[in-house]
Amino acid sequence: MNVQVTPRLTKTQLAARVAAELHDGWYVNVGIGMPTLVPNYLPPGREIIIHSENGILGVGPEPAADQADPDLVNAGREFVSLRPGGSFFSHADSFAIVRGGHLDVAILGAYQVSERGDLANWLLKGATVGNPGGAMDLAGGARRVFVMMEHTTREGAHKIVRECDYALTGLACVTTIFTDVAVIDVTGAGLTLREVAPGWTPETVQTLTEPQLLVPQRPRTIEVLTVLERSR
Amino acid sequence: MIDKRVSSVEAALDGLEDGATVMVGGFGGSGYASNLVAALRQRGTRELTVIVNNAGTATTGVGVLVANGQVRKVVCSFPVGRTAKQGMETFWDLYNSGRLDIEIVPQGTLAERIRVGGAGIPAFYTPTGVGTILGQSKETRTFGDRQCVLETALVADFALLRAAQADRLGNLVYRCAQRNFNVVMAMAARTTVAEVYEVTETGGLQTEAIATPGIFVDRIVVVENDASERLGQRQTG
Repeated sequence: MNVQVTPRLTKTQLAARVAAELHDGWYVNVGIGMPTLVPNYLPPGREIIIHSENGILGVGPEPAADQADPDLVNAGREFVSLRPGGSFFSHADSFAIVRGGHLDVAILGAYQVSERGDLANWLLKGATVGNPGGAMDLAGGARRVFVMMEHTTREGAHKIVRECDYALTGLACVTTIFTDVAVIDVTGAGLTLREVAPGWTPETVQTLTEPQLLVPQRPRTIEVLTVLERSR
Repeated sequence: MIDKRVSSVEAALDGLEDGATVMVGGFGGSGYASNLVAALRQRGTRELTVIVNNAGTATTGVGVLVANGQVRKVVCSFPVGRTAKQGMETFWDLYNSGRLDIEIVPQGTLAERIRVGGAGIPAFYTPTGVGTILGQSKETRTFGDRQCVLETALVADFALLRAAQADRLGNLVYRCAQRNFNVVMAMAARTTVAEVYEVTETGGLQTEAIATPGIFVDRIVVVENDASERLGQRQTG
């Protein structure tokens, strides 16, 4: 068997790639898990406001240990800081932001994404209890949904599939999928391969992807930034 | 004269009986009424329905009430602590044997169901949950091109909240992200109890900073500020 050895993006490289997609002036929600890395790599010169579902706009980086405040946490319960211009509000206001279409983008993790952009990210297969948290509200409420995930499961199974067989979070809600090997836009015509990781080709990405990828033009190579992991 | 101060967390729970529905505010420990929940555990009240964002674990959050066999049903968006592999045995035993019901609600829908409960609105339509198993048994209606599910209001017998400061009228001022569910839960319960670090006379709060007006609050109890303790432990609750 031909073992694929082309390296994939690291989590920090993937986070930096997602961050590069964020425009100046955007309001952005980051889901718990891998998406919380994204704010660490915001491109310089862009003012991007991070929303946390527990009622914060203007989330800043993790504070130094002696600056941590237990009443200032993000959706993943991590200590965070507040940027100048930040604000606090209740869950009613926070989810008016989410559901009222005020967020430019929500960045979410996923178990599976389907060909037409259905998202599954809250309930494991066979389970009856899982944690939707705010994901269903974000999936349907944000203007764009970026999924950030590994391209396949640890066991090598497809995560980009024709139909999700995990319980859905939202229907046809995903805008773009950022994985450790590719950037794929969900379009009316299907999944369009926009970028590949260094060393990857449309063919090698396709072998890890269940639905047929559209490749209208030669995909660009993901620009892998040299990023220093912020000291935590 | 109105004076909503009570002398102890025990007195603050007076009238909370078996079978009651209890809302508990807080998110990630911020704004979570740990002293009132501890007193409720001590009180031993049973057959409770608990409305809360996160069900906690056997040692954290309202999970301590579940582990103590006091809870019949949890209504929440986050039933299982992400990092809680341990301490969940009782939860799963109760759930798998049918002695604990769990109603999973998308977080924004949960907040809105509580908000409308407090605002006297019996139900509302939302697109959140359409096409998912959480929306499948609900009444639907299409507005424009958006299919929506009908969601009903939530109200409670008691709401247990935490804020930073209060005055004797029950006006509340929160620190940082403490507002979260507390603001909506304050409106939605017959008896709303807030634990606070500090109570002032009227006029002692910065008026513009009051996020919960005292009309929504029935009882105030002063507790220790446990910030340093909470800094040392990142509980999942």
